[in-house]
Amino acid sequence: MAEQLLSLDDLAVQFKVGSMLAGGIKTLKAVDGVTLDVKPGECLGLVGESGCGKSTLALAIMGLVLPTRGRIHVGGQQISGDKPPDRMEMARTVQMVFQDPYASLNPRQTVRRTLADPLRLHGVGDKAEVEARVIDLMAKVGLRPEHADRYPHEFSGGQRQRIGIARALILKPKLVICDEPVSALDVSIRAQIINLLLELKDEMGLAYIMISHDLGVVEHVSDRVAVMYLGRIVEQGGWQEIFEDPRHPYTRALIAAIPDPFHRAAATVAGAKAKGEIASALNPPPGCHFNPRCPLKADLCTVETPLLGTVAPGHLAACHFRDRII
Amino acid sequence: MTGARVTGAGGNGPLLKVENLRIALQGDGVTFNAVENVSFEIGRGEAFGLVGESGCGKSITALSVMGLLRRPLSLGGGRIVLDGEEIQDASAAEMRRLRGKRVAMIFQEPMTALNPLSPVGRQIAEMFVLHQGASWREAMDRAEEALRQVRVPSPERRIRDYPHQLSGGMRQRVMIAIALACGPDLLIADEPTTALDVTVQAEIIDLMAELCAAKGTAILMISHDLGLVANMCNRVAVMYAGRIIESQVADAIFATPSHPYTRGLIDSLPRLGERARRGRQRLTEISGVVPSIQAYPAGCRFNPRCPAVTDICRTTVPEATSLPADGIVRCHHHG
Repeated sequence: MAEQLLSLDDLAVQFKVGSMLAGGIKTLKAVDGVTLDVKPGECLGLVGESGCGKSTLALAIMGLVLPTRGRIHVGGQQISGDKPPDRMEMARTVQMVFQDPYASLNPRQTVRRTLADPLRLHGVGDKAEVEARVIDLMAKVGLRPEHADRYPHEFSGGQRQRIGIARALILKPKLVICDEPVSALDVSIRAQIINLLLELKDEMGLAYIMISHDLGVVEHVSDRVAVMYLGRIVEQGGWQEIFEDPRHPYTRALIAAIPDPFHRAAATVAGAKAKGEIASALNPPPGCHFNPRCPLKADLCTVETPLLGTVAPGHLAACHFRDRII
Repeated sequence: MTGARVTGAGGNGPLLKVENLRIALQGDGVTFNAVENVSFEIGRGEAFGLVGESGCGKSITALSVMGLLRRPLSLGGGRIVLDGEEIQDASAAEMRRLRGKRVAMIFQEPMTALNPLSPVGRQIAEMFVLHQGASWREAMDRAEEALRQVRVPSPERRIRDYPHQLSGGMRQRVMIAIALACGPDLLIADEPTTALDVTVQAEIIDLMAELCAAKGTAILMISHDLGLVANMCNRVAVMYAGRIIESQVADAIFATPSHPYTRGLIDSLPRLGERARRGRQRLTEISGVVPSIQAYPAGCRFNPRCPAVTDICRTTVPEATSLPADGIVRCHHHG
């Protein structure tokens, strides 16, 4: 495992929902057998719609929910159902940038305190060094030194996200999970934050897991892309393979759903749009979970779950018809 | 009253004409103009898009057309003409008769717009009972048909469902069924798909466009997503800080954006396929932040963020300059 920064091995996270009194207890398979690697310095784009399990996957990697099955190797640590992680060690390895910076910052703490507390807790340096690192990082994310004594409510949305990014980076983690980092921001601010994230990645040698439903953003920032549907990875590969030669009908449907004002005539890939809506993870359809919405559906799809199969080296798709070119 | 479409006296003019609209926001002893000098026209059956970031005034412009402005917001001036009839001073009772029948609206979050305590069939049927004098029995039959039209599967069962039993996309279909029940002349859609997943969004937009085209209903589409709006609308107006700064035919707005803000917005979006064509380029940023209403700058409100700013931009509000095909742009440096 030396080469990979993160590797997930048949990871499954299940929740028990409901009660004995009201309709019985059901098992929700939020993450259902995910195998995935992230190399140091790499950006993995994670795409999927609400309820597909991407946020649960992120929480599992952070060590905040324990796997029901399978293992997570991150940094030097191994996490499994019976082996919770060392939280201090985890904090120095994996950090997270959240969608809504205002909800994820403590409103009663100044920027300085938000950034300095982790350093103190982890015993990094003396007072002067803590201060120097706080000011240095603030400059890197585009905040001025006089911002240090202000509270989150005194900032605009874009600046708050800069604080959120600084908070994630203060312990110099190796992997940062960015969960929809720009979708709560004003449209005219998004480019600033995307550019900043890419700069910091190069400068600090960070690896990212970029969770987003905005495929334009994912294509722009990712080295590799994984597409999730109802708890499973349905396709993964290099960014170019995913966007130029998608093999899973769901990936194609996602791409076809993006309005493309620059090429209006060619905007709709014929027959690529998905019908209906994502099924409940409590009661997913048998076989391929995507089959009720799929334009390629055949009898086989309702019976047999397609496994991730190789399309080209590094490009995998979980579709019985992955080799059928459309 | 029958279910037939009511066509007003205005006959040939535009369906909706908004002229010099001003919306006042009452603050602590001060009044701000949340929207000012906003004018646009929507033709019969036309899809018109109003685009801007949060706080630019696009949603309250729509609410003013519906007569739904509430304190601290109020109409500060201007005219709203629906089918030749001025409605800006219409009484609450008159507006109630117009809403739903002539002008209908769907909102971003269907769960908060629907009544959680009433089955969805009843909420649709209510439209026929209130506006067309139908009996409840007849109205329920028509509600089922309306659900079928918005392609809700097994509508005969779904009419008895409560909103919480439906998915987000299904709820938005119910909203569309309610809005289009009485065949309004104008449908206002305020971020109708922002709360939905992308693949569902595409379906809902297609459905809305298709139904409106079939019924000859005009659409006022409000969104922050320029791409989405340009894809479904004939013409698009871009708002910034309470003013319309540019309006053009949808195709033209991407081909020849004329205001620096519009250009900035288009250039700052990572476009699908762009990286494959040209490699990863640094995204073009619009510097600074959207100003708050208490601190709108003098002159052109985009001036602190504009790459082409000069002295006149800081002092004088730019007048509208004509563009081809009835377009306008408000910029001192156009042309």
